[in-house]
Amino acid sequence: MSILVNKHTRVLTQGITGATGQFHTKACKEYGTQMVAGVTPGKGGTSFEGIPIFETVERAIRETGANASVIYVPPPFAADAILESADAGIPLIICITEGVPIRDMVKVKRYLAGRSSRLLGPNCPGTITPSECKIGIMPGHIHKPGHIGVVSRSGTLTYEAVDQLTRLNMGQSTCVGIGGDPVHGFEFVDVLALFNSDPSTEAVVMIGEIGGSAEEEAAAWIKANMKKPVVGFIAGQTAPPGKRMGHAGAIISGGKGTAKEKITAMTSAGIRMASSPATIGRTMQEALAR
Amino acid sequence: MNIHEFQAKEILRRFGVAVPRGIVTSTPEEAKAAASELGGGVCVVKAQIHAGGRGKGGGVKVAKNAEEAAAKARDMLGKNLVTHQTGPEGRQVRRVLIEQGVNIDRELYVAMVLDRAQSRVTVICSSEGGVEIEEVAAKQPEKILKATIDPVIGLAPFQCRRLAVALGIPNELSGKMIAVMQGLYRAFDDCDASLAEINPLIITKEGQVMALDAKMNFDSNAFFRQKEILALRDLDEEDPREVEASKYDLSYISLDGNIACMVNGAGLAMATMDIIKLYGGEPANFLDVGGGADKEKVAQAFRILLADSRVRGVLINIFGGIMRCDVLAQGVVEAARELDVSVPLVVRMQGTNVEIGRKILADSGLAIIPAETMAEAAEKIVSAVRGKA
Repeated sequence: MSILVNKHTRVLTQGITGATGQFHTKACKEYGTQMVAGVTPGKGGTSFEGIPIFETVERAIRETGANASVIYVPPPFAADAILESADAGIPLIICITEGVPIRDMVKVKRYLAGRSSRLLGPNCPGTITPSECKIGIMPGHIHKPGHIGVVSRSGTLTYEAVDQLTRLNMGQSTCVGIGGDPVHGFEFVDVLALFNSDPSTEAVVMIGEIGGSAEEEAAAWIKANMKKPVVGFIAGQTAPPGKRMGHAGAIISGGKGTAKEKITAMTSAGIRMASSPATIGRTMQEALAR
Repeated sequence: MNIHEFQAKEILRRFGVAVPRGIVTSTPEEAKAAASELGGGVCVVKAQIHAGGRGKGGGVKVAKNAEEAAAKARDMLGKNLVTHQTGPEGRQVRRVLIEQGVNIDRELYVAMVLDRAQSRVTVICSSEGGVEIEEVAAKQPEKILKATIDPVIGLAPFQCRRLAVALGIPNELSGKMIAVMQGLYRAFDDCDASLAEINPLIITKEGQVMALDAKMNFDSNAFFRQKEILALRDLDEEDPREVEASKYDLSYISLDGNIACMVNGAGLAMATMDIIKLYGGEPANFLDVGGGADKEKVAQAFRILLADSRVRGVLINIFGGIMRCDVLAQGVVEAARELDVSVPLVVRMQGTNVEIGRKILADSGLAIIPAETMAEAAEKIVSAVRGKA
């Protein structure tokens, strides 16, 4: 068991002929993911690494039965790519693209309301169920099948955490990167709810960062609903206010969204906080030993 | 990206928001001519820098006539203006806006911001204008009014009317108030703004509704379709190292410490700053070289770090996913050779091709201190810097 993706997931790549799309489609296929289709307008009828390419998402689904889509198209076209997949009714849409304008995402979220499709990202590393299905840009080899769920706003910091878990012999059920943009699909709360009801997930690592209030909302949800131990870390404890720290969403504005507020909220919700990014794995070990 | 008050007012004027007549100038002579052109009577001289709190800092002065406007402009131009947002060194004033005086009856507040929790734009209003909105929110939260905007509908007239009534706007001025709110939203939406704020929005004794001050920030992700907005960027207002880094698509933020760091990925970069602090050091910067950085980009990043004269040590922390450790190592070795590094350098690499990367560093003959984990890296750089100090 796992959440979101497993060995039956059939994946379609939007933007399969670009350099990034090619590189990661190949890497995911090598990992064992069922990469069944690609879409690039103008390239329909051709193929890449034996994967058929279509003009439209609707056509690709009809021909291949794809049930998840991953998007690598450049920022100006990313919103349209999400809309196309949502219109075609794909259950899971994963947008890796970094740099999508906020205005586009506000409209996309409005469009998604009430539809069956769920969006992960944009500006995220994707999701992986180790040894079954990898969709996105994370290095597959650091993961190991197991029972720890990981959810994070970051990319490489998640790899750091996963690496620590794997070295301590704690495998992962599924790892989910929700992305670093201020307006995005899946929130911490959505992913936590899935982990909470997934029988194979025993505990969860949640990695947040400065900006917004998603961690506080997650903390409140955890306090009220979570049945499994949660270990947390917040990046940006030394970040100055008013500066965008790389991620579009990582900014302390008007005194709100500080690491301190988030850590306080998470601690009071019973989350075991790692004080250092180097001790996330060890903190999980302690949480499980209790 | 921020812009100046006079630029924000020009944008708002295009969207039908009334602003006082004004002329931006860069010499006392121009200021005098501008004041005369505005009628020669009472005018306001306003320093143009990208920071709030200008009034309290002495950057906004009333002048009775053109002579006085020239004198006030002379006092400000070329000087550093210190406000609570500039830091103790202040910002140099290169331009002043000369604006016609107005008869203020009431001061209000209106702004458009993104509400992240709702993924919608929200209009925020208050009857308490002319003061910082955070202060109002803390002391009189009941004075803050909000309405959420549906991106398909836009800011609806009924929403504006409801806010106008709640603000106590007289019925005969309601139309003007609605025009300002809708103009502000259209400006925010059309220009891909991330903030559009009028503080204060004034009602004059003559019954005009106008923006006495204006502030706009923009979403840099949208610059591919906002060329006119991008042209308003003022590099003089930005940290020179941050400007240099942005040329190479590097995300760099200058901080106050003396340990420089170079990291791939924003979250890991923040975590690296945090762990330096945890081990008793102070980070000199945030630097994310990005996921797919090549050798040249790494070398360029290294140059920018070392150009900072306060730097007493460098920590490189890379988790190679897409980015390969051998590529990173080559970039570091090349740049270190060229730049003759005189401060301790700790390199921590994990992930793809880490063994090849470590060998490149070891064979380089450079005095690089290797580290296996983040904790070890932080400990080593902090003690190396301490040893030198």
